[in-house]
Amino acid sequence: MLSSKVTCNSHGQDSSYFLGWEEYEKNPYDEVKNPNGIIQMGLAENQLSFDLLESWLENNPQPAAFKDHNNQSIFKELALFQDYHGLPAFKNALVKFMSEIRGNTVSFDTNNLVLTAGATSANETLMFCLANPGDAFLIPTPYYPGFDRDLKWRTGAEIVPIHCSSLNGFRITKSALEEAYKQAEKQNLKVKGVLVTNPSNPLGTSLSLHELDLLVNFISSKNIHLISDEIYSGTVFSYPCFTSIMEVLKNRNLMNTEIAKRVHIVYSLSKDLGLPGFRIGAIYSNDELVVSAATKMSSFGLISSQTQHLLSEILSDKKFTKSYLLENRRRLKERHEMLVKGLQKTGIRCLQSNAGLFCWVDMRHLLSSNTFEGEMELWKKIVYEVGLNISPGSSCHCSEPGWFRVCFANMSEETLILAMQRVQSFVDCMAKKSMQSRHQQLLQRNSRRSKSLPKWVFELSFNQREITADER
Amino acid sequence: MGYNLLSKIATNNGHGENSPYFDGWKAYDANPFHPQNNPEGVIQMGLAENQLSFDLIQEWIKANPNASICTPQGASGFKETAIFQDYHGLPAFRTAVANFMNRVRGNRVKFDPDRIVMSGGATGAHETLAFCLANPGEAFLVPTPYYPAFDRDLRWRTGVELFPVVCESSNNFKVTREGLETAYEKAKLDNIKVKGLLITNPSNPLGTFLDRNTLKDVVSFINEKNIHLVCDEIYAGTVTNGDEFVSIAEVIKEEPKCNLDLIHLVYSLSKDMGFPGFRVGVVYSYNDNVVNIARKMSSFGLVSTQTQHMLASMLSDDKFIENFISESRIRLARRHEMFTRGLAQVGIGSLESKAGLFFWMDLRRFLKEPTFESEMTFWRVIINEIKLNVSPGQSFHCSEPGWFRVCFANMDDETTLIALWRIKTFVRKNRNLEIKTMKQYWQNNQPLMLSSRRYDDILTPHRISPHSPLASPMVRAQN
Repeated sequence: MLSSKVTCNSHGQDSSYFLGWEEYEKNPYDEVKNPNGIIQMGLAENQLSFDLLESWLENNPQPAAFKDHNNQSIFKELALFQDYHGLPAFKNALVKFMSEIRGNTVSFDTNNLVLTAGATSANETLMFCLANPGDAFLIPTPYYPGFDRDLKWRTGAEIVPIHCSSLNGFRITKSALEEAYKQAEKQNLKVKGVLVTNPSNPLGTSLSLHELDLLVNFISSKNIHLISDEIYSGTVFSYPCFTSIMEVLKNRNLMNTEIAKRVHIVYSLSKDLGLPGFRIGAIYSNDELVVSAATKMSSFGLISSQTQHLLSEILSDKKFTKSYLLENRRRLKERHEMLVKGLQKTGIRCLQSNAGLFCWVDMRHLLSSNTFEGEMELWKKIVYEVGLNISPGSSCHCSEPGWFRVCFANMSEETLILAMQRVQSFVDCMAKKSMQSRHQQLLQRNSRRSKSLPKWVFELSFNQREITADER
Repeated sequence: MGYNLLSKIATNNGHGENSPYFDGWKAYDANPFHPQNNPEGVIQMGLAENQLSFDLIQEWIKANPNASICTPQGASGFKETAIFQDYHGLPAFRTAVANFMNRVRGNRVKFDPDRIVMSGGATGAHETLAFCLANPGEAFLVPTPYYPAFDRDLRWRTGVELFPVVCESSNNFKVTREGLETAYEKAKLDNIKVKGLLITNPSNPLGTFLDRNTLKDVVSFINEKNIHLVCDEIYAGTVTNGDEFVSIAEVIKEEPKCNLDLIHLVYSLSKDMGFPGFRVGVVYSYNDNVVNIARKMSSFGLVSTQTQHMLASMLSDDKFIENFISESRIRLARRHEMFTRGLAQVGIGSLESKAGLFFWMDLRRFLKEPTFESEMTFWRVIINEIKLNVSPGQSFHCSEPGWFRVCFANMDDETTLIALWRIKTFVRKNRNLEIKTMKQYWQNNQPLMLSSRRYDDILTPHRISPHSPLASPMVRAQN
């Protein structure tokens, strides 16, 4: 009776990424009311800089009261404004803000900008524009779990992973790109493009110049599109600086070429400004056909004019945006360090990262077996016993078990410290158990010891776990 | 080469904007009426907006600073609101919307806030329901004439088809059981799988609403055929006498045999409250699966929590809402009457209607021939000589030429008088244009020549046109 879209589960919400949330909802941590509840570390939100926004609002009462600079009421005009080209004042402010984030190395044209209800809508809309049902986009793993829904569900498009490995810090390689393309061909899927998130979710790293060049070369040779989801561009808090794909095109003198027309950026204010509730997303494309089609499609998810107006006022305040970006980065860096150092103390390493609202954490040494079942087992322990909702790598399609995404910007400092304490206890406990079981195993082995195996073999296997923990 | 790199959807005409009807919009954009700055300009009467009651809203906003999360009074809610992205929506918002929907229907029904699913306007709601209820290639029956953008909203990205249920002027374009059966059978003959029926009640463009018996017929029809019923009640609050309006929600209470899994409602605040800019659409389904999945799909078009917050406050203010609903109805009725009375003075009739933001004007006797080509020709006369942008019936897939939709609620009283004056002047000057009286029309028994264009090529630009707000101060301010 219902469509196949209803009865399938391409909405992806049966994945563990969402199940962890459900568990958190059932038993959420609260400092006072529920101190033993689950701490939410699976939500990539930026809650560190609301005070800055709040003080701006205090000093700028007009936009709140639907008034313009002459104190005239603009309520009616806003309430009626449904033009899918968007509020010009807002678009002007937004492109300048996007430029500012990129150190003003590139500038953006409002005519190439399409407003959408969040990056969720932007990504789906781009898929509708670039891919027919059954066409595929290549995406480096690990990637944001929501892409399975956003890119595939209603569009009928497919995702083929570009496998990245911990051996080189999950960087994109030429061979991985080629391999993914071949895989798609084997599955009879027409590849329409590559989609990258830069800075990466869940890795928290910004793409290197080398990777960006590889991507440009690849899409050029295959004659396909490149979507660069730069939703975390404002969260880059340490070296190396963020390089947008647009900058690469500019530096390579490709700006007015056919290649540039196949490069599209997705942006949003959900992460940089911490305003996911306001549903502010955007597509930026150099191809006027894409802009035209996407603009019409944005009818299905426009940004509330009330919100466009408020943000146009905030983002036009250059003094504010400058100080906000600086302070926000500083706080993210500080918080990131807290998490990294906190985990380090427990013997857990993170992938070295310079951006994002999370760390990509290496817990391979805590797995009972180097499998995804082992990862699930560990994850369940962490959710239910340790009381932390973190995201298992498998939900991000990571090809190696044992990695977890842990968010650090959606809670208070105190809560983060508590989370670290819980991890410490857990690791201590696991180490004890592990020691006990190894001790027992050794005893058993010693008692059945075969004369054909020398002593050192056993000693080596005993030390293996510690070695793995120290590996980068 | 560029075209091959994009999807079929991006490069086809499913968005419906490549139609000749943009002439009306272009004429308006190039020469928009302004009482002081451009008194000879084209008056916009193709835009179904409700601008008559903003003063009431503005008063409320001023008196309720805590409804905004940005004022000192409301700022304590800023952070929680800004980070709230749960697609269930703010509970207070859903409760308030349900409350408003109840009151628009005189509290004769009680909507369940947990069934309220957000969408990017009614536009998003229709597309979402099409995605949920039909697979590509399957069809919805839609009575003609209907809102042009349905062709885009229900078909463009979903691959779903629309199949017309032809309604005729001989019985005032009423939906009848026979009409539904005929359409259903015709679709079957054409090998089209019908999944549902979409009705807009009150109707756009007719401004009429279905009576209780017709609604019961509709319910019985869809149950018998086991197809879905989508009721777009976006104009429910524009009914002059609110007590006369019967919502599908009321009818199903009286039809215990109705399979509730087939019943779905679309609503929005764009018409009743005049808030198209805030993108508040609602999918309301009696089918739990649909609620569930539509809610997941709402991720693609959630309502800004800033807006949810404000409306939660406004729509739960019962005293304000009751007053607004009744005052808005009075003003709409008054304006409607201004027009119909003025037009009657020069012998121009319209379909009798007691709802909507427009009326369905009968200009058949002004057509050279009862053809759609003649309708287009006359439409150009209206735009270029009378200088009014109205919408020709063929853009609504009307089966008979000569009908035009005229919007009346998107202007002030002075502009209304000017528009009326222009029409009257034109009619008086051009008596010879009235080629046929109604009697001659029927006597000559000319076969209706339907346009050779397929239904899916015919569209007007209201609500999907980007152009109307060029006159908006919000745009002028920046350009």
